[in-house]
Amino acid sequence: MAKRKLIELAHARSGDKGDTANVGIIARKPEYYPILVREVTAERVKQHFAGICKGKVERFELPNLGALNFLLHESLDGGGTLALKADPQGKTYSTALLRMEIDADSL
Amino acid sequence: MIRIANGQGFWGDSLEAPVNQVRRGPIDYLTLDYLAEITMSILQKQRSRDPRAGYARDFVEMIARVLPDLVERRIRVIANAGGVNPAACRDAVLGVAKRQGIDIRVATVAGDDIMDRLDQLIQRGIELRNMDTGEPLSAIRAQVQSANVYFGAFPVADALARGAQIVITGRCTDTGLAMAPMIHEFGWKADDWDKLAAGTIAGHTVECGAQCTGGNCQVDWDTIPDMADIGYPIIEAEPDGTFAITKHAGTGGRVTVASINEMGDPHEYITPDCVADFTTIHLEQTGADRVRFSGIRGRPATEFYKVSISYSAGFKAIGSLVYAWPDAYKKARAADQILRQRLERLGLRFEAMRSEFVGANGCHGIAAAEPSPEVEPQLAEVVLRFGVRSENRAAVERFTKELAPLVLNGPPVVTGLGGGRPKVEEIVAYWPALIPKHELTPVVGVWPNEN
Repeated sequence: MAKRKLIELAHARSGDKGDTANVGIIARKPEYYPILVREVTAERVKQHFAGICKGKVERFELPNLGALNFLLHESLDGGGTLALKADPQGKTYSTALLRMEIDADSL
Repeated sequence: MIRIANGQGFWGDSLEAPVNQVRRGPIDYLTLDYLAEITMSILQKQRSRDPRAGYARDFVEMIARVLPDLVERRIRVIANAGGVNPAACRDAVLGVAKRQGIDIRVATVAGDDIMDRLDQLIQRGIELRNMDTGEPLSAIRAQVQSANVYFGAFPVADALARGAQIVITGRCTDTGLAMAPMIHEFGWKADDWDKLAAGTIAGHTVECGAQCTGGNCQVDWDTIPDMADIGYPIIEAEPDGTFAITKHAGTGGRVTVASINEMGDPHEYITPDCVADFTTIHLEQTGADRVRFSGIRGRPATEFYKVSISYSAGFKAIGSLVYAWPDAYKKARAADQILRQRLERLGLRFEAMRSEFVGANGCHGIAAAEPSPEVEPQLAEVVLRFGVRSENRAAVERFTKELAPLVLNGPPVVTGLGGGRPKVEEIVAYWPALIPKHELTPVVGVWPNEN
């Protein structure tokens, strides 16, 4: 199978709720959505953010929007004003996730 | 159909946005969100120093600029600019109107401030546990600086029904600000769950201002027209709960299915008004810069209000140094190690210490690969960004004096200290909790009095 960077198949937005980062990815075309569902599992996201995400990763499916939403618990250095990060709201985690390499048959 | 405009995504957003929303096309309502979690504690401090302070002064200045337009165009304004002192904000707005010789009716929504009731609530077994950690509030009671309940749309709708042209609230949800006109104009009931969910999602879509009209949008971001003059979002709401998101003609930006996508926890978006289900949203591009929402379903609201509590949580300081080519990354990492050794030798203890290498992998950290051996020595510059946090102010203060010496007694070709030593900041942290709804009664007042 061909390796592709997720950014070719999806765009993304991310933000925060306390120490939990919220990363949503949206298929660029409807036919990409099943590939996202198959490849971008909660386990893979947890692995991808190893060292950043200290808690669990939850995944929610939104087929109506061609989107997956991930909650990355304990991922923002305490979150809000407690964090010492340059990005305490996880605003850049969107494209951090889009760096992931996945198996995509044909695009 | 009614048009509800968002003129402010957060306190600190564009000062021109609300003025443009009022002047550059038709709207019926202008809504503005001024309150982040941390804002409440800042306002609380201001009020403790001056009983007439504690609200968003920017709002009053904005009203002074556009009041004649608001009257002429019959636009009503809803803002949570009241902070911890809605009455003082109201008086300031009424003062502006008086000076301009304009008669207006202003309402306040208060009753959200439970700071004075905390001990009594805790004594009665309402523990206000942290929604993230489960800890009871008693653990940090002495450090609490503000405590406010999030009210929803209904008290605001009540204020509109009583003829207010400007509604000033304390802690009210952003979604409630935008939905209140729908409840008022369309006569929605407290158990019209699907309609309330639709209004909530409409409010959620616009609450981040221009983020749904082409701002912070990855899809073809470099072709989005005229971002310098980006239009802010407008909800075109229908009585049946469907709505479109658009912006004024002639403004920059772009409204597409891609620009509006933004999500929370999708099955259960909980507000005081209802529980909205994002998995039921149907989106359709129905014109240029116009996206229609339909099919939205909701469920009954919960028995709780969310409480936004802020508390003092120690001190922090963050500073940075800029290392230039060659070997910028290597030098920044060496400086990081030297700094850590010096802090260790000084015997300083911190609850948290963090270094980031901006320019190498500061944002994405481990999710980004380390710069390759070929690229790394060629990086034009790398910023070492170093922060510490502690309950002990003196330790943080001492840290701020250890950064500058590195310019002369550490790795070479370094700059970036123009701002002087880093400042010690007092950390005001956020404590989300729940409280039974029956403990609270929103207080709506209208001035001049209805009679």
